[in-house]
Amino acid sequence: MGTTLFDKVWDSHVVKKIQDGPDVFFIDRHLIHEVTSPVAFLGLKNRNNTVLYPNKTFATADHNTPTINQHLPVEDPLSANQLKALEENSAEWGIPHWGLGHQKNGIVHVIGPENGITLPGATIVCGDSHTSTHGAFGAIAFGIGTSEVEMVLSSQCIMQPKPKKMRININGELGLGVTPKDVALFIISKLTTSGATGYFVEYAGDVFKSMTMEGRMTVCNLSIEMGARGGIIAPDEKTYDYIKGRLFAPKGEDWDTAMKYWKILKTDEDAIFDKELTFNASEIEPMITYGTNPGMGTGISNQIPNANEVEGGITTYKKSLNYMGFEEGDTMIGKKVDYVFLGSCTNGRIEDFRAFASIVKGRKKAANITAWLVPGSHIVEAEIEEEGLLAIITEAGFELRQPGCSACLAMNDDKVPPGKLAVSTSNRNFEGRQGPGSRTLLASPLVAAATAVTGVVTDPRTLL
Amino acid sequence: MAYDKFEILKSTAVPLPIENVDTDQIIPARFLKATERKGFGDNLFRDWRYNPDNTLKKEFVLNNPIYKGKILVGGKNFGSGSSREHAAWAVYDYGFRCVVSSFFADIFRGNCLNIGVLPVQVSAAFLDKIFKAIEDHPATEIEINLPNQTITLLTSGEKESFEINSYKKENMLNGYDDIDYLTKMKEEIKDFAVKRPF
Repeated sequence: MGTTLFDKVWDSHVVKKIQDGPDVFFIDRHLIHEVTSPVAFLGLKNRNNTVLYPNKTFATADHNTPTINQHLPVEDPLSANQLKALEENSAEWGIPHWGLGHQKNGIVHVIGPENGITLPGATIVCGDSHTSTHGAFGAIAFGIGTSEVEMVLSSQCIMQPKPKKMRININGELGLGVTPKDVALFIISKLTTSGATGYFVEYAGDVFKSMTMEGRMTVCNLSIEMGARGGIIAPDEKTYDYIKGRLFAPKGEDWDTAMKYWKILKTDEDAIFDKELTFNASEIEPMITYGTNPGMGTGISNQIPNANEVEGGITTYKKSLNYMGFEEGDTMIGKKVDYVFLGSCTNGRIEDFRAFASIVKGRKKAANITAWLVPGSHIVEAEIEEEGLLAIITEAGFELRQPGCSACLAMNDDKVPPGKLAVSTSNRNFEGRQGPGSRTLLASPLVAAATAVTGVVTDPRTLL
Repeated sequence: MAYDKFEILKSTAVPLPIENVDTDQIIPARFLKATERKGFGDNLFRDWRYNPDNTLKKEFVLNNPIYKGKILVGGKNFGSGSSREHAAWAVYDYGFRCVVSSFFADIFRGNCLNIGVLPVQVSAAFLDKIFKAIEDHPATEIEINLPNQTITLLTSGEKESFEINSYKKENMLNGYDDIDYLTKMKEEIKDFAVKRPF
């Protein structure tokens, strides 16, 4: 019997199998940021341990950083303290650190791929659940807790039971205005937020084959929102083209050796998955969420389902709609919106800004909308300017902020005020996620742009 | 950070019959700014426990003196969302040693096991029984027996067994953690590392 792509990568990283226990699992690349690493470094010191391979860990500041005036000292003393801790810990152990203001700084899951840190066949972890992003390259990548960050620092390994395998196939062609974000929100709406818990998901079929690398990153990024530990897509020519020449990508002979390995990274035809699901691209339209978890999403032209039409408890469902201030049967299109957020590790890359600009070009920001446009990294920020997108969005009345996680989790000042409604290209619409009392509708950059220029939830297909 | 050994826990329990409780609810992101593991229990379920003016939300279960104990019972898909271990720390620091649910999110479950909170997964039917028993008698005691891998409603004697792999079970019973294990394996890991292509 053949093996899956996931098996091939996983099994080659098992240092030791523990009977009726986890695998001792080797990590090739470890990404750290200011929020989930300080306690790990503290633990390391308390145990008199050292960092085993400092050159396999990469540090960036992103979660709590301001997105304006990054040249000034960070005002919030707690955030400043975390940033200082990251800088000092990195310096102490010789870990490359791209802090605030560094030209390579940006969101951890944007800068990894951008700089060739993310490679096919690698294992990549970070104290952040959206580490699943890197699976777009045929890597096994997933989020870990702080205890595990300490494990990787001290031993380059973690102890993980091997997840089950699921394959999600989507064939056919996506319709006008349907983006990778919509594909992911569609899958999550079908599976619920726990439908893939215990699994690692491989995405296969026409839709993912024809998707760009950035689109694949968006889909893999959202794997965690269906409960999966991660998602993975087999590498192909697009993957190699994306990686070639990037800062940490293999060069010369190393590249040739790597390519030989990467070419075997695919699922054998006779490999068996624990679960397999198939959808057709024609079922998917631009999506929007209406509740307080990413599984509560629907096609933008639909109405909010009745409690008896959805899986799960009625009490929880009603609590969720009550928080949102919505009623069963409400139409999503036309709901008045206060904030629009374009950015995050889900949709903060250049293609997302291109999509946004394609709609706002020649139009004006609606007066009732406060918009935060936050690039995923300084590299993305530079591309926005070079490609002329900055001129387009500025002309339309928008401002570009500086890179960071920003309003996705609102650890900095970018907080949606209580009761206000935001259309966000980020990944979570949990209660208070974008600030205490904030209400979030997750959607694609196209929906965000259409909403930003009309002031109400808008189907982008009407503006394309 | 080592934790206290876990063998048999007999306690009343706090019921939270809501599904998909995510880690942003367990501890909101704005409370993740510490550089030490201190004080997270104070902010457990912060926005469900407190109004914006920091007064108590009286209707929330943690603010109801009738319900207390070292066991937290949550609805299906408990701990979804962010990987923040701070959520497990908050649960532990508040005083819970065990979370019972019919389904846990992966990362939260792993984080709990790593810091000494025992996640006990029961059937949906048994979870309903627990909620009903606590609703009828808030003083209902529950026994979590790790050596036998059973959870028992002491009022009625109704019992169910739960799964835990033998490695993690040994860790919990002895207060060991994975870092102890990995530290002892360092030479083996180094031998493995030199064979990796990148």
